[in-house]
Amino acid sequence: MSATAHVQGDGHAPDHSKRDFLKLVAASGAAIGVGSLAWPLIDSMNPSGDVLALSSVEFDLAPVPLGQAVTVVWRGKPVFVRHRTPDEIKTAEAVKLSELGDPQLDSDRVKAGHEQWLVVVGICTHLGCVPLGNKSTDPRGDFGGWFCPCHGSQYDVSGRMRHGPAPANLAVPPYAFMSDTRIKIG
Amino acid sequence: MVGLHKSEFKNPVINWVDTRLPLFTMMTKEYGVFPTPKNFNYFWNFGALAMINLMIMIVTGIFLAMNYNASTAGAFDSVERIVRDVNYGWLLRYVHANGASMFFIVVYIHMFRGLYYGSYKKPRELLWMIGVVILLLMMATAFMGYVLPWGQMSYWGATVITNLFSAIPVVGDYIVTLLWGGFSVDNPTLNRFFSLHYLMPFVITGVVFLHVVALHITGSNNPLGIEPKSSQDTLPFHPYYTIKDSVGMCVYLMVFAALVFFAPDYLGHADNYTPANPLVTPAHIVPEWYFLPFYAILRSVPSKLGGVIMMFGSIAILFVLPWLDTSPVRSAKFRPIYRQLLYVFVVVCITLGVAGGKPPEGIWVVIGRVCTAYYFLHFLVILPLLGKLEKPLPLPESIANPVLTPIGGGPLPGGAMAKPMEKM
Ligand code: HEM
Ligand code: FES
Repeated sequence: MSATAHVQGDGHAPDHSKRDFLKLVAASGAAIGVGSLAWPLIDSMNPSGDVLALSSVEFDLAPVPLGQAVTVVWRGKPVFVRHRTPDEIKTAEAVKLSELGDPQLDSDRVKAGHEQWLVVVGICTHLGCVPLGNKSTDPRGDFGGWFCPCHGSQYDVSGRMRHGPAPANLAVPPYAFMSDTRIKIG
Repeated sequence: MVGLHKSEFKNPVINWVDTRLPLFTMMTKEYGVFPTPKNFNYFWNFGALAMINLMIMIVTGIFLAMNYNASTAGAFDSVERIVRDVNYGWLLRYVHANGASMFFIVVYIHMFRGLYYGSYKKPRELLWMIGVVILLLMMATAFMGYVLPWGQMSYWGATVITNLFSAIPVVGDYIVTLLWGGFSVDNPTLNRFFSLHYLMPFVITGVVFLHVVALHITGSNNPLGIEPKSSQDTLPFHPYYTIKDSVGMCVYLMVFAALVFFAPDYLGHADNYTPANPLVTPAHIVPEWYFLPFYAILRSVPSKLGGVIMMFGSIAILFVLPWLDTSPVRSAKFRPIYRQLLYVFVVVCITLGVAGGKPPEGIWVVIGRVCTAYYFLHFLVILPLLGKLEKPLPLPESIANPVLTPIGGGPLPGGAMAKPMEKM
């Protein structure tokens, strides 16, 4: 604001602080107004009610052959369900936490009593490609789990990140066993 | 004219930009210090309101389009999903739908202002004609927009309006097939309507720009209809009219909000909540309220081609209005007979609107025909003759000095009462 108080005919200096205050109030009122108008527009781009409505899928484990994984679609995303061999389970459990980039025990990634089943979201935590390794003939990387063709990330049989550039383990979705051979994801 | 602009802005960044692209200078010239007649009444708010309305339509429309599905199988459901599931989708949809109504309310008042104060007369003829172009574009946009939800009214409205073109001799049917992209209103029609409905508002924006450029060449008319003569007659646009426009904007937004929040479907038709069915026409089909007067004209003529010609003619006639009105006096304030006949004309237009909303039977047919005849009579007979026959009241000398002689001189023009600005 202009610092030179310019004197008016009637001898009173104009009250600049009052005017500044009014301008501030007007401007912040307008900013709040525009903001509250903009919010509905922006929020309409967020997931809508029907998308959010928790969809869940049930899946029958019986046909999944030992040593292989299948892909289930849940909320539009691939979920890997892997039938692990006893050897694989043993290797996964033996890994020391200090060897891991994103330390997590194998037992925290499976359901107790169902260690042969690994359920993970099949999306590479680097930039979102779908890693290879569901079939035993796929490249599975040096750790026997999955290999991401995009930038070479490698995951072990617990879906844990073992070689970058991925920063984290494959995510475990919420799921529960309905029976020994049936799970419900979501 | 090559060379850098000499910018007067103190801020170095603004000055740097302004020197190379004098946008700031332009904004100051056109919206800051722009000399504006000092006697505007609130009718002069409606151009700015139309501009705001256009922006509201574009913004809500873009966000609606993010969730809209332009296919006969998905359109209706996607609109229902917008209203029920999309965050604030109900708000977006009802602001957009009622925004169309608000737009026509605002523009019809804006045009009435032009008729009352003679804003279409020399030198503002082209400004007025550009306005009529905007009106036509708005109508096309609104019509195609109404088709998008793909309800029964959408479908049958689209069928009836596109079939208007079949009235054209020889090529009519080919044109209709071309519009449809098939042999009835169907998926291709819906797709192209969506494409065009998205495009047209930006075309309107461009034409509004021309409208404003033309306005700033001639300068605004004013309630007295006389040209400003000196700086005594004008005020800088900012802050005087930015503030006056803001007051009007608040009232406008209150009306708009009342519609959206308390009566979102008041101006709509329940039939449009039934999905389109190409095999069943609703019992009573009517267009949106803002098309009703034109619809009444269409139905008043017992001939297919005749009705279509009269309907388009009722708008086309506005293009030549500046030459039909032969009176040199602009403002109806000084034209006692014109003023009364203009009110008659407005009543006739409203009656046409009412008639257009009724089933075409009995007395409404007669009323529709009488009003249609009067509509054209007003432009083609009354205006040309009145200019020659009517004796206008004496015009004031200037805006700042509104009264000719203190005694007599007719009623004191209300808008001219504004006191001369006291010098600070
Ligand atoms: C999208 C629609 C429109 C927009 C955004 C718009 C915008 C404007 C604006 C901002 C002004 C200056 C402010 C004012 O005088 O009120 C104006 C003036 C004017 N408009 Fe429009 N307008 C639109 C439609 C129309 C239509 C349909 C017509 C007539 C057929 C029209 C005729 C005029 C005339 C004659 C003026 C000059 C009025 C005067 O200065 O007295 N406009 N318009
Ligand atoms: S996306 Fe998998 S490594 Fe980059």
